Amino acid sequence: MKARVTVTLKNSVLDPQGKAIEGALKSLGFDGVGSVRQGKVFDIELAGSDRAAAETALKGMCEKLLANTVIESYRVDIAE
Amino acid sequence: MKAAVVLFPGSNRERDAARALRLASGQEPAIVWHGDSELPAGTDLVVLPGGFSYGDYLRCGAIAARSPIMGAVRAHAERGGLVLGICNGFQILIEAGLLPGALLRNENLKFVCRAQHLRVETTESPFTNQYSKGQVIEVCIAHGDGNYVADRETVARLEGEGLVGFRYCDASGDVSGPGPNGSVNAIAGIFSQKRNVLGMMPHPENLVDPLVGGTDGAGLFASVGRALAA
Repeated sequence: MKARVTVTLKNSVLDPQGKAIEGALKSLGFDGVGSVRQGKVFDIELAGSDRAAAETALKGMCEKLLANTVIESYRVDIAE
Repeated sequence: MKAAVVLFPGSNRERDAARALRLASGQEPAIVWHGDSELPAGTDLVVLPGGFSYGDYLRCGAIAARSPIMGAVRAHAERGGLVLGICNGFQILIEAGLLPGALLRNENLKFVCRAQHLRVETTESPFTNQYSKGQVIEVCIAHGDGNYVADRETVARLEGEGLVGFRYCDASGDVSGPGPNGSVNAIAGIFSQKRNVLGMMPHPENLVDPLVGGTDGAGLFASVGRALAA
């Protein structure tokens, strides 16, 4: 099974890297960029085919390591 | 003083920390490998040194915070044992949940490496009893991710309970300037609830010898010596 975990800074947390990227996009002439938030993507291959078990395991990975839930939120997507 | 300095893959200030401890106490600290699961018997101070553990992969300090030795460090802290995290060590303590909040990328995205004034906010701790309240000291800073943030309640609690140990300031002690990294309330170092754990971004261990331009960091290690002798 393949899964994708997306970790992003919470909206309440300032993202200086996203701000810098936003500025660079604007300076390249991409008009209409409202804002940019930078995040991380983890593509994870899992053994087994139990989706519910995989989802539980992935959430555990996020809570324990992949995300710092003080400042970040995460999303888990399991491929069909 | 029976001190242990934990060595993670990518630590690079462990010798500076060991030297500062030796100068302050006359005793050689143990260097403990991150893969060990126990501290030397009788350890009364654990130092998590600066550096770039695991190359700052994932988040600064995140992987080191999950290493085997951290279970023993946590137990030591829960028993009331002293723990000092400097720079990357502070990041590790935060990632381990031993101190609240988070350390983000510096607000201006620049790695700052320079001398920096700090204001000592309290002398009532095992780490600051040899300073005076409001004293301005000059140590150095060297970090890219030192922008301290926490939710409003946590900041209010830290301030209300006097758990802010050091703030960035100018030579006159004014903390209202822009500061090096964007930290809320110019926070440079914080204590745990019982004040037995201190995490700080600046490097007091690098200012303990007149040869390198100052000894303002020595007071911190002398404070620990005094606290342990009491």
